[in-house]
Amino acid sequence: MLELSGISKQFGSRNILNGLNLTVPDGQTLAIVGPSGVGKTTLLRIIAGLESADAGTIAWDGQATIPEQLREQGILGVVFQGFELFPQYTVRRNITLAPTLTGATKAAADARANTLMEQLELTDQADAYPYTLSGGQKQRVAIARALALDPQVLLYDEPTSALDPALRDNVAALVNQLKQGGMTQVVVTHDMDFARSVADNVFTMPTGTEA
Amino acid sequence: MQYIAEIMPALLKGTWTTLWVFVITLVCSLPLGLVLSPGLGSRSKNPLAVALRWLLSAYTWIFRGTPLLLQMIFIFYGLPTIHIVFDRNSAVLVTFILNYAAYFAEIFRGGYQAIDKGQFEAATVLKMSRWQTFRYVIMGQITKIVLPSIGNETINLIKDSSLVYVIGIGDLLRAGNIAASRDVTLVPYLLVGVIYLFLTFILTVAQKRVEKRFAFYR
Repeated sequence: MLELSGISKQFGSRNILNGLNLTVPDGQTLAIVGPSGVGKTTLLRIIAGLESADAGTIAWDGQATIPEQLREQGILGVVFQGFELFPQYTVRRNITLAPTLTGATKAAADARANTLMEQLELTDQADAYPYTLSGGQKQRVAIARALALDPQVLLYDEPTSALDPALRDNVAALVNQLKQGGMTQVVVTHDMDFARSVADNVFTMPTGTEA
Repeated sequence: MQYIAEIMPALLKGTWTTLWVFVITLVCSLPLGLVLSPGLGSRSKNPLAVALRWLLSAYTWIFRGTPLLLQMIFIFYGLPTIHIVFDRNSAVLVTFILNYAAYFAEIFRGGYQAIDKGQFEAATVLKMSRWQTFRYVIMGQITKIVLPSIGNETINLIKDSSLVYVIGIGDLLRAGNIAASRDVTLVPYLLVGVIYLFLTFILTVAQKRVEKRFAFYR
């Protein structure tokens, strides 16, 4: 269970996050919704440890922790809005790079990549470079790359924003499929329909206030 | 034809000088520029990093902001007044390496800053260390970005090497110069031009090849 309490963040004179509390039970999907500019992405980045909160604590399984530690323990995986695939590597290498650099054998990383590519329908693209892929394929690679490190929590930043509407249902299906497998997920989105189709809980971000 | 055969040995001897200045400068200044570039491009507010950035900025400003010719004169004739003495060849190499490393450092800094911040973040959340991020994610992308500029500089370097005459070293152009004034003819200069063109042609082909090797992705 991931618990956030009293998370605050100020940008200039604006309180983006104001003592925010959130709980994500194991195996559930939380959608964080709200119009752009209210700090959804900032909140996700704080959980991922890419930005630091001005105040507040994070706990994992009841133990106080810091995001950097969660990251180091391999608990968190992140799917970025812009995917951020490594352009100079094939799909397969994008998926196996981090595992092999963090101790997995090449054979084990390859085997895991094969399973993931099969699961995410990327097998035909294994040797393709990211620039040749469609938006939906890039996103599946980004998800596979995060899953390759076996995280327990997967964070998504606006997973539908770069896709055409038709593909939205595919992403929803994928998120739900991962939920079946027990994955805890946090999805930041401005798309209410998408949020409803994947989330156990929908959290609407309060708008920020002037400090 | 006979005249060409007569002056060719002198020109080739000069070409040898041009080549060693070129090769040693390139081999030393490229890695030096690469090593200096993060200090130049860092946005850290750590006082040490700020001091380093200032120092490196002053260095690139001086070496890019003054003529190479002048720098060679200062290093060969000027530094001995404060008891730093280089022989001619070392003075040339020190000047050229410092000068070109300044350009390369700025080129690499530009390449480094052109890389999407998201690439660093993606590597971070994938548990890669800073070194791994640089080595496996960033370095290849920087190389692709800077290749055209580096290619330009290498061609400049071949031509800049003709400046070594100022401290009395005989390079290709100087060999041509001597023959031309001795024999009162432009033929040596013509040959010198052809040799420079040949050298830069090889560099251009090499550059195209390397760029092609990096063209497999976008």
